[in-house]
Amino acid sequence: MDFDNLRLVEVTRTFGRRRALNKVSMTATAGTITALLGHNGAGKSTLLSIAATLLQPSSGEVHFGAHDGNAGGAGLRSRIGMLGHDLYLYAELSAAENLRFFAKIYGLDDVERRVDAGLERAGLTARRDDVVSGFSRGMRQRLALERALIHDPRLLLLDEPFTGLDEAARDALRARLRSAREAGAIVLLTTHDLAAIAHLTDVSVSLVDGRLQ
Amino acid sequence: MNPALSKSGQVVEESAPPAIEQPAAARVTRVSPVTRFARSVFEITRKDLLVEARTREILYTTIFFAVSCVMVFAFGFVREGRPVQDAAAGILWIAIAFSGTLALGRAFERERHGETLRALLIAPIDRPALYLGKLLGILILLAAVEVLVVPLVALMFQAALFSHALLMIGLLAAGTLGFAAVGTLFAAMLVRARSRDVMLPVLLYPITVPVIIAGVRGTAALLAPEADLPMARAWLSMLVFFDVVFVTLALWTFEPVMTE
Repeated sequence: MDFDNLRLVEVTRTFGRRRALNKVSMTATAGTITALLGHNGAGKSTLLSIAATLLQPSSGEVHFGAHDGNAGGAGLRSRIGMLGHDLYLYAELSAAENLRFFAKIYGLDDVERRVDAGLERAGLTARRDDVVSGFSRGMRQRLALERALIHDPRLLLLDEPFTGLDEAARDALRARLRSAREAGAIVLLTTHDLAAIAHLTDVSVSLVDGRLQ
Repeated sequence: MNPALSKSGQVVEESAPPAIEQPAAARVTRVSPVTRFARSVFEITRKDLLVEARTREILYTTIFFAVSCVMVFAFGFVREGRPVQDAAAGILWIAIAFSGTLALGRAFERERHGETLRALLIAPIDRPALYLGKLLGILILLAAVEVLVVPLVALMFQAALFSHALLMIGLLAAGTLGFAAVGTLFAAMLVRARSRDVMLPVLLYPITVPVIIAGVRGTAALLAPEADLPMARAWLSMLVFFDVVFVTLALWTFEPVMTE
């Protein structure tokens, strides 16, 4: 299953009486980086979770190209990569073991080559057998990004990816995101750090109290 | 290219995007759905056991808890070297149930750290494969606990737990599966709940009471002065029936309960 755009149509999501997203409509297309800006609690992470198929919208529609988000299943999820604020890594496993595990559950071929390439891009080849709990935030972030990209996803979702990174790590992350864009990925990232995304994003949209502004 | 936004006016074009390439998806190994399902189960179980081998956190805490439980009951129910009749069967299953609850809670607590459960839910694996992978990991851990606890109960309560070894193993395997099948589902459901530590036993014990009763009665039938083998087999059949029902229901409900 493949697609070349992500389209949200009048998406609303409520948690009890709180409305996290309110009739949000937007389209993100392949080969672009879209930034979702907004303060804490604006609904950015909720929107990413809906785009990742982790959350169902209370109303509205999510389309992945010609495919309905509700009917996607495993085939659709195989084209989505996500990097959350919590990085989605097993702290007790080594860098190589983390990448190998995710490569295998994605059913990829040539696992060891992908693991080696991912570790090299993350600059962690020398630390490949060290457990992740001993890594700095920047090292974990680089590894987590390679984990999210190991299956060459069409849709890459990143929740506050620049948090806690020094300038060198930010540069490396920006370079990696540009290469994902050039490979034709739909990159959707949330941030409230405008300086971090300067000269990086193609489109920026603001969420305020669950509404696109 | 201009990604369209329905809310006009606030969209900022910051740089011209490059020409779009349309890369193929990463090459996946072509295997049958059944093989892919089995591989997913295997990888999840293997990962859980690898993490446990590194930390030994669940194994040590559950063994310590189960052994403590047996020892405390041994002081209460063994007088002048003679255990209270049928106490061994009850204490064995209480130790398994309590230590199992501990293991279930910790197994999913791990997936909450780093939000790795979300990574598993985004991955293109069937939800039942995720459930079975976690269940298998917990069963292997509980089997390791039982390898220590059963001989300890046999020793402390002078119980002939090995006289009919095959039936005993059958009762333990079927009872543990029934208990863990429900427990894995509830532990996964409660992973985001704030009061999960309290809620897990509150939800789990009422549902698994039939399994624990069947396990206790089946074991007691084996430990009677003259082992009642037909009765033990009847309870074993009952446990197998509970296993089929609980595993089927858990596989059926796991996908909806894991989708918010």
